[in-house]
Amino acid sequence: MQEFVEFTLGGLGDGVIYAAIGLSLVLIWRGTRVLNYAQGGMAMFTSYLALFIINATGSYWLGFVVALAAGLVLGAVLERAVVRPTLGKPPLNAVIVTIGLLILIEGVAGIMYGSKNRSFPAPFSIVGAKIGSFALGPGSSPTAIFTAAAVLAAAGLLALLFRYTAVGLRMRASAFSGTVAQLMGIRIGRITTLGWALAGLIGALAGMLVTPQTFLYPNSMDSIFVLGFTAAVIGGLDSPVGAIVGGLLLGVALNYVTGYVGSNLPELAGLAILVLVLMLRPSGLFASTATRQV
Amino acid sequence: MTLARHAGIAIVAGVVLLALSARLDSYRQYQLAEVAATVVAVAGLTVLIGISGQISIGHGAFMFIGAYATALIIMHLNWNLALVILASAVVAGLAGAVMGVAAARLRGPYLAGATLMLAVALPAVAYQWQGVFGGDQGLDFAVTTPGFLGVNFGLTEWQAWVCCVCALLVMVVLANVLRSRVGRNWRAVRDNDTAAALAGLNVAVLRVRAFVVSAACAGVAGSLLATTMLNVTPGAFTLALSIQLLTAVVLGGLGSLAGAVWGGIILVLVPPFLTNFASSHGLASAGASVPIAGYGLVLIVVMLAFPTGVQGGVRRLLGPVVPAASGPVNALGRRWPAIRKKAGGRDAGHELTSTQEVDKEGTR
Repeated sequence: MQEFVEFTLGGLGDGVIYAAIGLSLVLIWRGTRVLNYAQGGMAMFTSYLALFIINATGSYWLGFVVALAAGLVLGAVLERAVVRPTLGKPPLNAVIVTIGLLILIEGVAGIMYGSKNRSFPAPFSIVGAKIGSFALGPGSSPTAIFTAAAVLAAAGLLALLFRYTAVGLRMRASAFSGTVAQLMGIRIGRITTLGWALAGLIGALAGMLVTPQTFLYPNSMDSIFVLGFTAAVIGGLDSPVGAIVGGLLLGVALNYVTGYVGSNLPELAGLAILVLVLMLRPSGLFASTATRQV
Repeated sequence: MTLARHAGIAIVAGVVLLALSARLDSYRQYQLAEVAATVVAVAGLTVLIGISGQISIGHGAFMFIGAYATALIIMHLNWNLALVILASAVVAGLAGAVMGVAAARLRGPYLAGATLMLAVALPAVAYQWQGVFGGDQGLDFAVTTPGFLGVNFGLTEWQAWVCCVCALLVMVVLANVLRSRVGRNWRAVRDNDTAAALAGLNVAVLRVRAFVVSAACAGVAGSLLATTMLNVTPGAFTLALSIQLLTAVVLGGLGSLAGAVWGGIILVLVPPFLTNFASSHGLASAGASVPIAGYGLVLIVVMLAFPTGVQGGVRRLLGPVVPAASGPVNALGRRWPAIRKKAGGRDAGHELTSTQEVDKEGTR
């Protein structure tokens, strides 16, 4: 029983991270039908910047803010510089370009910071809570609670942005139909850039939150990214709510696998889940449209 | 005719490589073996991406399977080397069939994500079952030169021979497959799967078959690398390896077997040069990361500016002057068939003709 509670809470804790990465992928996918394979690499890079600031100033929160701001700028700049020219071309071009971005960012991080593992500070204690003598595991630590709260707050703010602001309405219109939105006078180029910037911010947040558990090195976000991708696919890739629910389901499922079966297997189990979802329900659990090219 | 021409080219290349390998020192022989093995993997991947239109960012995983199959068979069964390589191809091909069945229903970004996950996930197998796969240390084994070459024949020269002969065999087989009905059908599916299905092709079977062929090639490549290095470790088959293969395919020229040779050569020979350059300029600790950043830069620049890659440039230099292409260029660097909708909107016939045109071009 104690193990079960521990695995479930730990799974929810991991799940919000996958949800955040999934959410950032969905933001970009909805606007441009591009999957940003560099999302994890960008988050890794902004975490390095944060670590640099934290070491230089001693303030975790300054590093936190710098990472989020850097994610915002990085997303916008990369979209304008290298992703924009691939739009309107076959999807394979964008896939190859964002894969190129991923490995370019990883290479640059390796050149700038070396490839050794660095430990990364957590904002609060990582010791799990106890009820009497019943330990709830690291999934109930103040850091884990902060992680969940931060992701849910970001998702809530995004929902408010989409629902109640003019910009959000424009973003929804562009996602619904780029051509129609353009004919209505929306400058969809700017909306696309804004989508990438917001995705960069959410990705950077996920990087800051997960890196204390994984250490920081140029490939540190690879497996987090593929699991975030799985979360987004479970949710149908164009549903923000789906990405969050998908992330939580995936996190809990993977924690049961690693807890009860084998600790080296999260990615393999994730792959099995991904293939199963794509075979059985290719439009995901929460897709807004009934048919879609998979 | 075509078979004879391809076999002829392969025999000439084989004789040249044989003469060459005897004159090289053992480090260069090792590099020759590595180039040959890499060319096999890149050629398989270019068939998958360039000809059948499916992407894989996880082909390192199939090399991993081929390499571990080789190590395990040599250690436990001690078969003849030719049989070992063949068996490794079969094992990797089977894995490719499993992935291919999933892949046949996926397109573009989904398939890329699933294969990416395969590349990230598979090395964990070696850590999970350490008793069989040796964990982080991997497996060490030995191969010997066959008796008829005499006791003084160098091991690296023998390894270079094995790799070159296998590479040439694979290239001849692939070149003929691409000229055959199967190759034409793959191109038809790539260019327009709806039209291909309407023309009576079984799109799913064709896609799975392409995945099997491509994975088997990667299995052979993994097997050849294992017999050259005489050990296999999970650290040799990271995501970076898979992306390197993709880089070689894109750089050489998508869908061109000759391009795969360029890509393979560049992939093996350029990174040590870059690493040395970085170390000699005071970036010693960063040396290994320089080629990685280089791959990324190459992928982006080639894809945005020179989508036909090196082989496209070679063709342009050697071939007849072609009027400047207009209209959008597809992932393969060729123009999409221009769709001119007339009153009746009859463009299906036009699409099919342009598939045939691409067909001729693709096998040049």
